Formats: sequence, structure tokens, C-alpha cells
Amino acid sequence: MSTPAILQLGLFLLVLLALAWPLSSWITRIMQGENPGPLRFVAPLEKLLYRLAGIRQDEEMGWKSYAISLLVFNLLGVLAVYGLQRLQGALPFNPQAMAAVTPDSSFNTAISFVTNTNWQGYGGETTMSYLTQMLGLTVQNFLSAATGAAVVIALIRGFARHSSARIGNFWVDVTRFTAYILLPLSLVFALALTQQGVIQNLLPYQTAHTVEATHFQQAKLDAQGNPLKDKDGKPIMVDSQTQQQTLPMGPVASQEAIKMLGTNGGGFFNANSAHPFENPTPLSNFLQDLAIFLIPAALCFVFGRMVGDRRQGWAILAAMLLMFATAVVVETSAEQAGVPQLSAMGVDQQASSLQSGGNMEGKESRFGIIDTALFTVVTTSASCGAVNAMHDSLTPIGGMVPTFLMQLGEVVFGGVGSGLYGMLVFAILAVFIAGLMVGRTPEYLGKKIETYEMKMTAITILVTPILVLVLTAIAVSVDAGKAGIANPGAHGFSEILYAFTSAANNNGSAFAGLSANTPFYNIMTGIAMFFGRFLMIVPILAIAGSLSAKKRLAVNAGTLPTHGPLFVVLLIGTVLLVGALNYVPALALGPVVEHLHMVSGH
Amino acid sequence: MLKTLRPALLLFAMLSLLTGLAYPLLTTALAQALFPQQANGSLIEKNGQIIGSRLIGQQFSGDKYFWGRPSATSPMAYNAGSSGGSNLGPTNQAQLDAVKANLDHLRQAHPTQTATVPVDLVTASASGLDPEISLAAAYYQLERVAQARGMPLARLHQLVDDHIIGETFGLLGEPRVNVLELNLALDAVK
Repeated sequence: MSTPAILQLGLFLLVLLALAWPLSSWITRIMQGENPGPLRFVAPLEKLLYRLAGIRQDEEMGWKSYAISLLVFNLLGVLAVYGLQRLQGALPFNPQAMAAVTPDSSFNTAISFVTNTNWQGYGGETTMSYLTQMLGLTVQNFLSAATGAAVVIALIRGFARHSSARIGNFWVDVTRFTAYILLPLSLVFALALTQQGVIQNLLPYQTAHTVEATHFQQAKLDAQGNPLKDKDGKPIMVDSQTQQQTLPMGPVASQEAIKMLGTNGGGFFNANSAHPFENPTPLSNFLQDLAIFLIPAALCFVFGRMVGDRRQGWAILAAMLLMFATAVVVETSAEQAGVPQLSAMGVDQQASSLQSGGNMEGKESRFGIIDTALFTVVTTSASCGAVNAMHDSLTPIGGMVPTFLMQLGEVVFGGVGSGLYGMLVFAILAVFIAGLMVGRTPEYLGKKIETYEMKMTAITILVTPILVLVLTAIAVSVDAGKAGIANPGAHGFSEILYAFTSAANNNGSAFAGLSANTPFYNIMTGIAMFFGRFLMIVPILAIAGSLSAKKRLAVNAGTLPTHGPLFVVLLIGTVLLVGALNYVPALALGPVVEHLHMVSGH
Repeated sequence: MLKTLRPALLLFAMLSLLTGLAYPLLTTALAQALFPQQANGSLIEKNGQIIGSRLIGQQFSGDKYFWGRPSATSPMAYNAGSSGGSNLGPTNQAQLDAVKANLDHLRQAHPTQTATVPVDLVTASASGLDPEISLAAAYYQLERVAQARGMPLARLHQLVDDHIIGETFGLLGEPRVNVLELNLALDAVK
């Protein structure tokens, strides 16, 4: 890593912690039902929502009611997003007259946005009306993040309370997290992004008359608009030129802000955060990096505050930070090294004061290698999935780092709520393993970890690897799966592995060469996203309910301290061990083979 | 079940209106009031006609202009109606062939240039709309443009240097040149 790369990483972490700490105090206050201080003026609106919906604010739920409420609420989201896409042609805010989206793509996108994955099989600027973007996708950007946050808050209550059967009120948790945390942050962030150049309007697409004409070839069409073919069956191409450029428009900044803050990652445009209208400057890029990590980092501190021992939050955060920083170093080095085959042709990939050098395929000039590598690791450590570069064109090791970060279960910061609840499950596993080693009943934060918790933990930890590996195996075995591959050889396998890794772990980024907007991939990744999300949430709520009902044990000489360096190492070891055991064979077949292929010069 | 359905439906509907209409429309109103130029796409107009956006690259191929990065959008390069990259992997032969073709074309167009070719001039950007190139890429093209315009090299060099966008806070991003703005400035030189 070069000096600027180290400085940027240092600055990023410094600003992140400086913002996350005060935010954690605010989140704790809001989620414990206290007075929203400066946002008091929103409180009457909150009360009105509860009154109209028939919700009793002080009525807490057991874990089963909490889980059922959550599932019903999210299923309504799936129906709404599906319906909006199918009907968008007949609805307002559609200046480009976008037609209905196909049923399989609508199904996939509905699940994708409700599960906080935001995997995109479609290109936004060619598919979605402004109404669908706002009332369908933006809404789920908020509500899926609030759902994740609600679950982790319920789990923390499980640790913090004792001898209680209740873990909170789902409706109240979702409403308060949306209204007092996500909305104000998004509004401020959206305006900051606009100032940098992110667009925010409801105009139809504009046409620019460009300085020079662009020459290109396009398929010749018959009167019905079908491409004409020559006698070999190849489309007949004709030389064309145009001096017009269509500039897409739309309410981008408002969606971009919550896309990052809610670790959603679904871009308004096909190129996502690589698009200059979504991410125009290095500063907007840096702010997006911060926005992705802000709430996941703050939630670690919230955990410490709510269980009454701030060191517990720091320990979790320390484990995340160590894994994250290591990944940044590996990613930056791999991309900066570039591709030896290009150097052999006489391409200059050396970093200098005049260029960033490195592997610039699928990257933007304003970001170069350093900003791109940082963003790539941030977006896949967190389950965001926004991209400011095309991950399919990363070097083999540069592509393996994001793949493996997702495969760790999205617990290195992870998604809003989901990152911390995933990590807390690993913490339970870590104390269990430690307990086995010394022959004591494991306990975490004064709660005995028993058979029931360990069963739920096992389900939670195993569900995503099973989805990823089984679905990848199916996809590489059937023609419908293989048909989607864009790059030959080991890289093609990596494309499919990445797709299911991203879907099941609710990340949403892609090796986008894979043609995934087909019924096969839309349905398969839809399944991966849905079960990858809710087969984790339900057992975790069960753990929350069970822990909440337990007594709290006093600390004694035999208690494993869970706030020191020993525990941090144990936690990292557990996460890496589970990840490596599950995925090393698959990674060996994809990125590792490709890397050897590249460096040996074949 | 019904006991859950009523709050679920009503709360979902109300939060949808709040986050899906009130929030984006309020943001639009504030953005239009505070930063109208940026909110509407940082458009560049000439004689009342939109000639492009400062943020969106255009295809340049004439000898009198600086060229931007290769663009993988289809059917034509720099198609802002459909953004995206090549998605070619680094070991894919198609990728190596594409770089080779770009390289040959550049060398042919710059016969006097002996330096190695900057990587951003032969690799496609992520969005296909990258408005900028590295300083190395701009300097690489100096002689060709100077010759085509009959402009002294030193003056052109100065013009390029006047258009350098540095790192933000001396740290974030890369030094670069906006190709459309540079070319418009070139056309404006008397």
C-alpha cells in the first residue's frame, strides 16, 4: 500500500468513528423509546401513525409475534414492489413511458429490495419509471434497513433484559428507526450529494447535441423491427452516426442517500455508483463510503450502551476493523499490481504523479485504484453492494477479496442491523467453542448459552453456505445456468459463485457480465435472497426471545471475558474458520485458478 | 393473523407515502432551490442548445480533439441512455484483444509518441461515460492535437495544465482532466 492509500484509509476510519459515536447515542435514545429531543416536532406525526394503524406503542411482543409482524410487513413490501413494476406503464411519474417489467424480473427485484440485497438484473435508466424508483425501490431502501435494525435491537434487548418474555414492538421499532434516524440522515446526505453533482429532478431525459458525431455500427432492422440476418445467420450491420446524446434524469440523490445509509446498494442507473450522475466526485465517493459504514459501526456502540458495558461494543467493532483493514490492503495491492499481460504489450500500469496506473478496466478516472479498492471493500464488507467499478473486471485476487468478505456472512460491519446480529451469532459460537475447550457451560453477557440457542445459531450460520454452494452447483450443471456466463474458464465459474454469494448474503453487487436477467437466474437468486434473509432473521429472533427470558448470571472467576484482545482474536478466528471451511474449495476453483493462470502468463 | 394484518397494511401504506413520496419530493424541492445547476445534470449550453453535461463524457475521434477513454456502452460509445462497463475479466482473450486493438489504434494516431501508453487510454471505464482522463493520458495526445490545430506545443501544454482537477484535500481521488471541458476550451481558442 502506498502512502496516499494508507492516509486515506486512516482518514476514513477516523471520520467514521467520530461520526458513529455520537450517532450511537442518538440511536440508543430513540430505540429505547426516549424523547426525540430536537426532533420533537415529528412526535405528533409518529403518534398519529400509531393511532391510524391501531398500534399500541407500549404493548411489547414476544419473539413469535415480533417475527410474524416482521414477515407480514415484508411480504406486503414484496407485493407492493412487484405490483408497481407490473403496472408502472399505467401510473404517473413516468415521463419516459417505461413499460411493465417482466414477471420474473419483477419478482426478483421485489425480493431483492425487500431483503436489503438490491441485486439488480435490470438497468435502471432503461427499465424503471420514476414512480417505481421512488414509491417502490426507495421505500424498501428505508424499510428493509429499518427491519434489519429492528431485529438487532430486539436481539440486544434479549441480552440486556432478564426474566422477560418480551423483546419489543416491531411496529414501533420500524417506525422510530425510519422516522428519527434514516429519514433525517438521508435528507441531509441527499442534499450534500446534490451539491457535488448528483441529479435530483423529475424531468424527462434530455438530449444533448454533442461536439462531434459518434460513428457506430448497428443491426439493420426490417419493417417489423426485427434484425435482418445474412445467409450465415449473422445480423447485418450498417454504419450509423449520431450527434445526439440522451442524458438520463430523475430523482437520483434521494435514492442514492438511503441506498448507502441503509446498506442497500441498488443503483438508480445500471452503472450504479460508477455513474457520474450517482457519484460525481472523489468527495461524493468518500461520503458514500462513510454512509455505508456509519450505521453498522454505530450499532456496535449501541450494543455496548444497551447491555451496559461499552467495552463489549468496542470488542465487536475491533474484530470488524481488523478484518476490514486487512482486506483493504490486499485489495489495493492486487488492483495496483495490474495485469502482467497488458504490461507485456507496452501498456503503462505504473502508478506515478500523472496517473493511478494499475488495473483500470472497469474503473473511473476520478477514483483511480485507491478510491476504488476502498469502496469495493467497504461495499462488500457491509452488505451494501453498490459498486463504483465493475467487479467482473477486477484482477483475480481483487475479485476474491469481495467474494470472501461476503462469504464470511456479511459480518464485517455488514448490513444495517444484519451485520451486527450476524456477528453476535458468531460471538455466541465463539464462547461456545471456548466453553467446550475448558469444559464449562458457555455464557455471553451473563446469559447461559444452551442447546436451544446453539441449534438456532447453527441454522443461522449454515443457511447461507448451503444456499450458495447448492445453487452454484445447480447453476454450473444446467444449460440455463451456463448460458449466462460471459467470461470463459475459471472466471466464468467465479461469476456464478459471486452471484449466489451476493444474493444469499444479501449484498447485491455482481460480476455483472453474467446475464442474470433470465427466468432461471431471476428465480434462483430470488430464492437465495429470500431464504438468506428470513431463515436468519427468524432463528435470531428466537434466540432473542430465549435469552430475554433467562436470568442474568453474575460474573465469576470462571467467566470468559468478552471485551478483551483474547476474545477479539477468538471471534475473528471463528469467523474466518467457518468461512474458510465452507468456501476454500469453491474459491480454489474460481479466483485461485484464474490468478495462477494470469501470473503464469497463459 | 387479522390482528397483524391491519397494522401491517396501514403502517406500510403510511410509511410508503412518507419515504416514497414526501421524502423524494421534498428533496427535489430543496435541491432545485439550493443547487439547481447540479440537480438538473450540470448541463453545458451553447446558443440556447444543450451540448452536453460536464459530468458525462462524449466520444471524440477527430485529430483536433483530445480523446476520452474507451467506452463499452452499446450500440454506440458514450451512450448515456444505457450506462455500463465491458465486464470482461482480466484473463479473457476478448479483453486482451480489445486492449490490443485500442493500443494499435492509438500508436497509429500518434506516430511520433515513443512513451508507453497510459493504461486508462486503452481500458474501458466502469460507467462507459467517464468524463475524465489521467494527466498521463492527456499529455500523451499533446503532439497530435497541437499538430492538427497548428498550435504551439507549449501553449497547448499550458491549456491542459489549466484544466487539471487536483485531488480533493490533496488526498481523495486522482488528478485528472475533463475531456469535454478541455475540448470546448480548445475550440474557444482564437
